[in-house]
Amino acid sequence: MPDQDVLLTASGIGKRFNALAVLSDVDFAVHDREAIGIVGPNGAGKTTLLNVLSGALAADAGRIVFRGDDVSRLDAAERCRRGIARSHQIPRPFAGMTVFENLLVGARTGAGEHGEAAYRRCIESLELCGMLPLANRRAETLGLLDRKRLELARALATDPVLLLLDEIGGGLTDAEAAELVGIIRVIYGRGIAVVWIEHIVHVLVQVVGRMVCMDAGRVIADGTPDAVLQDAAVIDAYLGSAHAHPDS
Amino acid sequence: MVLRWTGRSAAFATAIAAALVVLAVGPFVFAPGVTDRLTALFVYVILGAMWNALAGYGGLVSVGQQAFFGLGAFAAIRLSHAGVPVYPSLAVAALLVGLLALPLGEVMLRLRGGEFAIGMWVVAELAHLLVNLDPLINGETGTSLIALNAVTAPARRADTYWSALGGMVVLLGAMFLMLRGRVGASVQAIRDDEQAAASVGVRVLATKRVVFVLAALGCALAGALWLASAITFQPRAYFSVQWTAYMIFMTLVGGLGTFEGPVLGAVLFFVVETVFGAYGVWYLVGLGAAALLFALFVPAGLWGNAERRYALRMLPVGYHVALPASRQPGGG
Ligand SMILES: Nc1ncnc2c1ncn2[C@@H]1O[C@H](COP(=O)(O)OP(=O)(O)O)[C@@H](O)[C@H]1O
Ligand SMILES: [Mg+2]
Repeated sequence: MPDQDVLLTASGIGKRFNALAVLSDVDFAVHDREAIGIVGPNGAGKTTLLNVLSGALAADAGRIVFRGDDVSRLDAAERCRRGIARSHQIPRPFAGMTVFENLLVGARTGAGEHGEAAYRRCIESLELCGMLPLANRRAETLGLLDRKRLELARALATDPVLLLLDEIGGGLTDAEAAELVGIIRVIYGRGIAVVWIEHIVHVLVQVVGRMVCMDAGRVIADGTPDAVLQDAAVIDAYLGSAHAHPDS
Repeated sequence: MVLRWTGRSAAFATAIAAALVVLAVGPFVFAPGVTDRLTALFVYVILGAMWNALAGYGGLVSVGQQAFFGLGAFAAIRLSHAGVPVYPSLAVAALLVGLLALPLGEVMLRLRGGEFAIGMWVVAELAHLLVNLDPLINGETGTSLIALNAVTAPARRADTYWSALGGMVVLLGAMFLMLRGRVGASVQAIRDDEQAAASVGVRVLATKRVVFVLAALGCALAGALWLASAITFQPRAYFSVQWTAYMIFMTLVGGLGTFEGPVLGAVLFFVVETVFGAYGVWYLVGLGAAALLFALFVPAGLWGNAERRYALRMLPVGYHVALPASRQPGGG
């Protein structure tokens, strides 16, 4: 793809936790209006990569360029204001606030909107995610599935250009998974680029046009979903074990 | 479609306004002893609310807020010595300490959790030592707010009472407006999950700065008001860690991270002190034990507990989305 279509480039990303190298020399690019799926075994470094892209963790090595600016040294709040939003694999709701208030924080700070415009964005986001009936519930009273949905709705309320999703589909029934696919398609249809980490490959392939497989802190395959799923290294590192433990 | 006031919160606000009107005429009605005690209560409410702002909303647990309490009193002494009229000097002292908190916050807010807590205690000890270096203070012997000697006791009592009442209303009002406004949503988000707050664009450090300065200014005003009612200034009494212990008690018992909780906690503390204060050390032991028991068994505090159980929200700092009937949970 031509360079002007590039939304985000991460190059040479390294991240260690003490002696453990969790990301080693990872190169990763997202183009405008692209939907990418990230797969890989547990502990591969997928969440860590997302933390580094969103600014929750600072990388030890490498450079991240977003819409032409080097954002490597910006913190998570600044990156969100520039259009990078994320969900958390283990949901982190604002427990003492209502669902609506959870979104309002993001609409005000992340999207920088005020008054009625911020309210409208939150309500629209809740409606899309099917959470409007829960608007006045305190977030701490939500179950796990609703907390995951809240992660999605709250990230969306920050008006992102790039949405990073971390395992929001785990534990869903087939009908719920189909609903989630519908929601992500609407988001993607609005021109928001989506990077989606998910173990449920058959759900993922309904949305993404490109797939990346990680293992042991490295990208081991990157291409069309078909090509990646037939890649020998991917079958060896991930799909083999995923078939043995379909829910891990 | 999005509501801020509910019928209940409007009734609650009306009740508060009525109570304030009654309190405002206090010095004309109450016995002198009652007026003095209520002045102390207003100072306690300020202290509880400020520690709560810091710990409950900013996630900043400090065991050194007595630094600002003592500095507020000291600044009032100095200003009054320089010829500033006594009552204005109380407010100016608080503002000066608030200004001092700006650079101090730059340093202290870089510390995390326990480091910040202990760091603030070190700051309080340092402030105490530095104040003792001022010849005007006479070391631990202390000095007094001499300018107040020119005022008759009844006038002094009433003016101090009104200053404390006014200070409490202004500080709690400022905190209410802050919580209700743009910063408020950010502050509550930080209270609940700092990392998640940053992930949706909340500038965590900048928001904490606002809270740190507000708490410093509030504690300084409390110290200056305490000076106006006690008149004497002995550094050891003002820079004592016991002030922070009181703040923690009020906040934990009332409800950390709720607006109303620390006010309730201050009233309870006031009652307990009035009844048991004469028991000296045992009274302090009892306070400590009560705070511990609350932390263990009623971690949300009295107000926090009631708020959760009955979905109470007396003050309209939140938002209520009016949903069409068909969208209500269970409505179809
Ligand atoms: N904060 C942390 N401190 C230490 N080790 C961590 C931390 N976060 C993740 N790890 C380790 O890094 C590796 C990759 O984790 P993660 O990125 O969560 O993998 P994935 O999301 O692909 O399952 C794991 O071995 C994990 O234990
Ligand atoms: Mg993960």
